[in-house]
Amino acid sequence: MRIPVDTVMVQQRADSFARRSIKTESKQQGLRLALSMIDLTTLEGKDSPEKVRSLCAKAINPWEGTIDPPLPSVAAVCVYPSLVRVAKHSLQGSSVAVASVATGFPSGQYPIDVRLNDVEEAVRAGADEIDMVINRGAFLSGDFGEVSDEISRVRGVCGTAHLKIILETGELETLENIRIASELSIRAAANAGPIKDGEVFIKTSTGKISPAATMPVTLVMLEVIRDYYEETGIRIGMKPAGGIKTAKQALHYLVMVKETLGNDWLTKSLFRFGASSLTNDVLRQLVRQHTGRYAATYDFSEA
Amino acid sequence: MTTQEQHDPVGWEYSPAPEQIKVHIEPKNKLFINGAFVSPKSRSWFSTINPSNEQKLADIACAGKADVNNAVLAAKKALPKWSKMCGSVRAKYLYRIARRIQERARELAILETMDGGKPIKESRDVDIPLAAQHFFYYAGWADKLEYAFPGRSISPVGVCAQIIPWNFPLLMAAWKLAPALACGNTCILKPAETTSLTALRLAEIIQEVGLPEGVVNIVTGAGDTGKILAEHKTVNKVAFTGSTEVGKLLMRSTAGSGKKLTLELGGKSANIIFADAAIDQAVEGIISGIYFNQGHVCCAGSRLFVEESIVSEVIQKLKHRLQSLRVGDPLDKNTDLGAINSKAQLKTVQQYIRTGVDEGAEFHEVHQDRLPSKGYWCNPCFFTEVQPSHTIAREEIFGPVLSVMTFRTPQEALTRANNSPYGLAAGIWTDKGSKIFEMAKQIDAGVVWCNTYNKFDAASPFGGFKESGFGREGGMQGLRPYIRLQNTSGRMK
Repeated sequence: MRIPVDTVMVQQRADSFARRSIKTESKQQGLRLALSMIDLTTLEGKDSPEKVRSLCAKAINPWEGTIDPPLPSVAAVCVYPSLVRVAKHSLQGSSVAVASVATGFPSGQYPIDVRLNDVEEAVRAGADEIDMVINRGAFLSGDFGEVSDEISRVRGVCGTAHLKIILETGELETLENIRIASELSIRAAANAGPIKDGEVFIKTSTGKISPAATMPVTLVMLEVIRDYYEETGIRIGMKPAGGIKTAKQALHYLVMVKETLGNDWLTKSLFRFGASSLTNDVLRQLVRQHTGRYAATYDFSEA
Repeated sequence: MTTQEQHDPVGWEYSPAPEQIKVHIEPKNKLFINGAFVSPKSRSWFSTINPSNEQKLADIACAGKADVNNAVLAAKKALPKWSKMCGSVRAKYLYRIARRIQERARELAILETMDGGKPIKESRDVDIPLAAQHFFYYAGWADKLEYAFPGRSISPVGVCAQIIPWNFPLLMAAWKLAPALACGNTCILKPAETTSLTALRLAEIIQEVGLPEGVVNIVTGAGDTGKILAEHKTVNKVAFTGSTEVGKLLMRSTAGSGKKLTLELGGKSANIIFADAAIDQAVEGIISGIYFNQGHVCCAGSRLFVEESIVSEVIQKLKHRLQSLRVGDPLDKNTDLGAINSKAQLKTVQQYIRTGVDEGAEFHEVHQDRLPSKGYWCNPCFFTEVQPSHTIAREEIFGPVLSVMTFRTPQEALTRANNSPYGLAAGIWTDKGSKIFEMAKQIDAGVVWCNTYNKFDAASPFGGFKESGFGREGGMQGLRPYIRLQNTSGRMK
């Protein structure tokens, strides 16, 4: 199962994506694409229904101004389970999905029954997507069977909700661990039942641990997705989360997805950005391409 | 926008991103002799073209016998003062050249790409920065030479004739000039006839920094000019980078003349991938090994040896990876492979591809639909079902053409890797440290890269064994060909 990963060359390849020059038409198109792929996220202890409502409004209509053609909504709003109902209500009739973190996010340090119950509650409240965390403690102590079994059980209670499996790569540390965890997660999800394209994602981070998403980490995960597709014909999704703050970074990620998996993956049903501050930077660049000048940061609403 | 539309993948393509700066090129480019640009006494000129669109860029002077003679005499005249100059003062000039290369980096990169066909990404990120680094590095040695050769008395070799190839024009000029100047020699540099422009910009830089007249002379021309230069009786040393064929001629012509000689010649380097390697990264190594600079690299990893158990996986991943390589306008910042340097070279490469097919190897290429209609183009490609006896497995192609072969045991990999008249470089890919050392010490190659390929640094010596030449460039070892050593212990006071 262990496939070696060479950090130096992964870094070199990841750097090469950031050297692509994305200008004019392709920049415009790329930024719109990035916007449509954002999971607008709030995961704080102080989150309130009102905060989630304003986030949902932003998600549906990211910018108040007019631009032709109209800007897309973001892909989803990502909240804690207790706020799923609020989000679901606010997003009614829109294309924006409700994603809920679950399984004792972010640590996952709870009994399995509690974690499964957490997922069931979120699904019952109307979550379209579940962002689960894997059991890193078990993974690092080498108990892959337990990690795998838990993932299968979580997928088993997801119902029709899509599943995103958070590896928390900052805690797994090495690229080899990340490769193993990615493979293990995909196979465990598949064990619980057949996967349709985009029903299962692997995701880098909770955003609570640093480092979160990086280009090399995401590249290794994309390569696992590519290999799994070659083997089975099934398209697994990818979600880097945390640390992607600028439009330029987002474009680098899209270049990496395009050159590793191909244009097929350049859709919100197979690729997401877990981010919040990214939205306004993307908007700022988009508006700049439209008007020819940079708008002030206060010209864009905070959610 | 409906939900359904948003789910459809978009055909996201990169818009053209051409380098916008226009670089001025003189219509007539003269010779640089004794600190001045002079018209050739030969009255002969030749044109240099842009290989990506076949348009003429400029006329270049063709140095004849009288011109070469003037250049050599200028170098001879400048030698006493330059060689006796305090090392730290020589260093000052070299530092100035290095800094000026950095300051004019963008112009040099664009020119290199226009004249040679290599992608701007590579001239900008590899060629020009490394050229500057070489001058910086050898500037550091200029006042420390006695520490490089402790207990010996040192003196410069004298007048050096330096003949360089077209694959890394400015970088090769830097490899040759920097150590020679640091050691107190004077030089006559002859660039390749298809790529003279950046060497002549370097001449401008040499003027700007006030290097004493005659210390560096640059004579442009084809093989004949090089022959006249190498055979000139006042020349003390010949340094050549280029084909093994010309290298052999030079060895004959300098034999018995008392001239020192260093040769950096061709290669057919083995890139060996073991089953326990990090495969995805090894595939990156294949790419940078053979497709870097359109394969116009003497140390290109043109013979790929893959352990039999993983060969189908490696081939499949290689094919996949080739799809994202972008061939096209070298001035576009997103281009990965530019144009083949010349029509003649394109013919050579195409001939080898035909031979490969004729001899029974299986040809693979990813078709690119964005190749320009004019210019010299060759898609990155590779051969499978290659036998070690095939021409494409033995001869240097100097293009983006890879020969894939297999092995079963480390010993077999070694035997096959060493079964070549060349011995320039090799690559080893394995996650097992002990295997790296075991292999590296038995491979007959001057440079062995482990889990990487085509990495260069001014501090690292480069050079080959067997028919790949002799002498080292770069590092402390790169000083040796430009120094005459005496044993101080044997000298009378």
